[in-house]
Amino acid sequence: MRSIGQTSSADIMATLSDLSFKYQFFMKTYRYRQFDWQPGAVLNKPLSQSRIAVVTSAAFYRPDQPPFDASIRGGDYSFREIPLETDLETLQIGHKSDAFDHSGIERDKNLALPLDRLRELKAERLLGDVAPRHYSLMGSISAPARLVSMTAPEIARRLAETRVDGVLLTPV
Amino acid sequence: MIEKSGIPTVSISLLREVTERVRPPRALDVDRPLGYPLGAPHAIDLQKRIVMAALELLLIPTQHFLLIDFPKSI
Repeated sequence: MRSIGQTSSADIMATLSDLSFKYQFFMKTYRYRQFDWQPGAVLNKPLSQSRIAVVTSAAFYRPDQPPFDASIRGGDYSFREIPLETDLETLQIGHKSDAFDHSGIERDKNLALPLDRLRELKAERLLGDVAPRHYSLMGSISAPARLVSMTAPEIARRLAETRVDGVLLTPV
Repeated sequence: MIEKSGIPTVSISLLREVTERVRPPRALDVDRPLGYPLGAPHAIDLQKRIVMAALELLLIPTQHFLLIDFPKSI
């Protein structure tokens, strides 16, 4: 139970009914593409020996990268590579969607791309290493085919290339 | 696709109903609003706890779909 006095809406669990009607309708009728995976991948060593990367759909991009394009029909399926040394405060946000409250990730990018947190966990020896490169994409995609066939394999290839042991996926 | 490359993944789940349809291999359901996947802005301790709780799921082999609730009594 929440302690007395915490009455802000930020304490309330998200449910589909929190979305405006048009989004509820979309999300209830959308034919979700199931996560494309097969059993087998698992972390076989402690986190304290593992290298971790983050992939987020928060549509963050560096100022030296092109912005995500919310006007593309079906959604912008491109991704941005975010190097670990990026100053999080310089990241821009590509979403034009009004489906969720952006103010949290605007105030603290770690809320979706927790690079500072991962560095702290590594310093505390709870994590072995933080990947040199992380990835962001635009989550509000209604036609995900190209995201699945083009973007996802490329991100997977780059993660394997940098010997990432495990990935945290953060939606917004 | 990342899983097919041999790298395990874990997702943060904000909308349980959606996660149950997408069925990722591992997901940590967090009792937070949309837009706040790792808790709250600048809530360093909470963010670290959610991150670690999610990453610990990477150690669990899954055949189908694993959905765990982040403890509500934080």
